[in-house]
Amino acid sequence: MKINLNNREEILDTNKDIITITELFELKKFTFKNLVVKINGQLIKRDEYASATFKAGDKVDVIHMISGG
Amino acid sequence: MTFEQIKEILKIKTVGIAGCGGLGSNAAVSLARVGIGRLIIADFDKIEISNLNRQYFFYNQIGEFKAPALKENIKLINPLVEVESHTIKLEPKDIVKLFRNCDVIVEAFDKAEMKQMIVETVLAEMAGRPIVCGIGMAGWGKNDLIKTQCYDNLYLVGDGITEANEHTPVLAPRVCAVSNMMANVVLEILLGECN
Repeated sequence: MKINLNNREEILDTNKDIITITELFELKKFTFKNLVVKINGQLIKRDEYASATFKAGDKVDVIHMISGG
Repeated sequence: MTFEQIKEILKIKTVGIAGCGGLGSNAAVSLARVGIGRLIIADFDKIEISNLNRQYFFYNQIGEFKAPALKENIKLINPLVEVESHTIKLEPKDIVKLFRNCDVIVEAFDKAEMKQMIVETVLAEMAGRPIVCGIGMAGWGKNDLIKTQCYDNLYLVGDGITEANEHTPVLAPRVCAVSNMMANVVLEILLGECN
């Protein structure tokens, strides 16, 4: 599946037509805490990760917040 | 644009600054110097000696609340700036209320969960409002890793990877570089691109 992940083209290793944010994290081995996630500009909160889905061509942003300031 | 023209535009603009630590204090001072009209600054904390390695405070201010102390320092630099200071631990409802009339919001917290909280609040409840966030500025050196990324109305400034901890402290050179780059992004949002 080809998507736009964090402003870059990304090919995900899956045969599914639609996947969830939780599945994306598994595919990409993302284990970070404190993420801000958006699908096509729409904020996805933590309790929606397992249900929010996207498809090929969508724009997905996964932004890792880290301490320091 | 001449500096006079720039000041004409900036004097009717309001910037909200969430946190008056390393990022917030230095970004606020930079924006005050160029003549921003109004700053709304918020922090719950008091100044400690350990803050002076990067934050825009003075030795004789140790023990004072950060938000009013920063207002005092800004007034010494540019008394024309209107500064509204709030000593408060910001929660989502406060962010929406305090910053509702701001043209741009600057995220200047230290903890990752607070950064996440304000970004999610602004994206969900203040749709379209630009927010500039500092992500990754601990340690020293590695100038070339510091960058600006844009995701719609969310701007991220920093190296995106260096987390503050005991062995990688936050220090003036890199924190001030990032905070001033954040102020620079604010100017770009308010003035448009520089020719």
